[in-house]
Amino acid sequence: MASLFDINLFALFGQLLVGLINGSFYALLSLGLAIIFGLLKIINFAQGAMYMLGAFVALLALKFMGVNYWFALILVPLTVGLVGVLMERFLIRPIANEDHLYSLLLTFGLALIIQGSFTHMFGSSGLSYAVPEALKGGTKLPFMYLPNYRAWIIIVSVIVCAGTWWMIEKTNLGAYLRAGTENPQLMQAFGINVPLIVTLTFGFGVALAGFAGVMAAPVYSVSPDMGSNILIVVFAIVVIGGMGSIGGAIITGLGMGVVEGLTKYFYPEASNTVIFLVMVIVLLLKPAGLFGKEA
Amino acid sequence: MNHPVQINGQPSTNEVSHGNHREKIRINNLHAFYGESHILHGIDMTVNQGELVTLLGRNGSGRSTTLKAIMNMVGERSGQIVINGHETMDMPAHKIAHLGMGFCPEERGIFSSLNVEENLMLPPNVRSDGVSVEEIYDMFPNLYERRTSQGTRLSGGEQQMLALARILRTGANILLLDEITEGLAPVIVQKLGEVLSQLKERGLTILLVEQNFRFAAPIADRHYVMEHGHIVEEVLAHELDAKTELLNTYLGV
Repeated sequence: MASLFDINLFALFGQLLVGLINGSFYALLSLGLAIIFGLLKIINFAQGAMYMLGAFVALLALKFMGVNYWFALILVPLTVGLVGVLMERFLIRPIANEDHLYSLLLTFGLALIIQGSFTHMFGSSGLSYAVPEALKGGTKLPFMYLPNYRAWIIIVSVIVCAGTWWMIEKTNLGAYLRAGTENPQLMQAFGINVPLIVTLTFGFGVALAGFAGVMAAPVYSVSPDMGSNILIVVFAIVVIGGMGSIGGAIITGLGMGVVEGLTKYFYPEASNTVIFLVMVIVLLLKPAGLFGKEA
Repeated sequence: MNHPVQINGQPSTNEVSHGNHREKIRINNLHAFYGESHILHGIDMTVNQGELVTLLGRNGSGRSTTLKAIMNMVGERSGQIVINGHETMDMPAHKIAHLGMGFCPEERGIFSSLNVEENLMLPPNVRSDGVSVEEIYDMFPNLYERRTSQGTRLSGGEQQMLALARILRTGANILLLDEITEGLAPVIVQKLGEVLSQLKERGLTILLVEQNFRFAAPIADRHYVMEHGHIVEEVLAHELDAKTELLNTYLGV
């Protein structure tokens, strides 16, 4: 075993990899939350349920319709995104002018209903989803063994996150989104159909969770509570990164995954709490979050 | 800086006479409400092609609400608003701009999440013959120098120029401008006056909400005076001298 100054490099790199994988999912999920929060100023508690839904849709589509992983990567985000569109249009929009607490409670209730129905239908033990054939196996690196599917998760997540960031920060459509967040009424007066943009953006934010769900299916066990387990951590990450900051959500997501992984190596007892510890410190020192704009 | 405003393809109408001008905006018996408050109490007015018309009045008299009601930005409305021949009461807000309308709100509405150039490029084109970006930077060289700054870092005057420039870029030929001189230094007010008269020369139709009628007096064709949500007086340009006393009373000058 390669060890250096009492550090077990195999174990360290192993935890670092696990951290990056978790971080990839944190980034995808907190990015979706940040987009939805940024645009609608609502906190979508159903984001975890949409992630779980994504994993289940992939699993069920494979089982009943023979839809393989690659098609699921396209089909699932579309399906989950459609659920988001319907959710925004028929549940959230009617209470859009009320206090944001109402929409938070609505999405929270919705998450519990979805999770409860899935537990009723599939039980609470996890189901498994096979790693696609083309991504089986792995590569031996000097200090670790890197399974191909895990490398794939990291690469694809980074690409999807970067693409989303680019779309929001650098394109015309993104400018509409940012401006629509600031002053929707004026954007309407400029001739932009803001309600349509809001619906589609909500759908996109939710579709990102569905996408994360498909990506996660082969590595985590597919179970009804997978979403609620990860969501609390993701909320902490959104707070650390700064509510509504797109780049902040991505960088903090990956970064906190790594911090968690390193903690697992150096002080495993704290690995479940380290993110919340960071959250408390950030809230004390920079309440708007690391990348948030001070009000 | 006194660059001429070029609006490609804009028919330059030199008719000055009243009577046969095409109505760009016609408002009949317009009422508007914000929740429980009844703000506009039956407004009737018209703005003809190529005219510059002002809405004068004190704060709270309903002038800004009139502009917002035209853009379908207030809670509830009743009555009739015809823009360019189209009945618009049942039109969703985002369709109204596409009738050739450009709205410049009182608070200017510069977006802080966008830089100057992004702000300028933001509103979609509503007609095909807008002022080009080069011409805009010619008209307002400050905007060019500061094109990568955050929109809200500009001075008040620069923000006002940006708010005006971005609707000119869209090709809008009916402009609704709300208090564009408010709180600005005299030299900038003068610059805005020059810009407005150039736009008028090019045949644009302008409805201008103003506190200070001395700014608008030399370029306006007509003035409507508002009080408590009613139009209480219509003053033609040539009557201005005779009615100055009356206007001062209404405006509380």
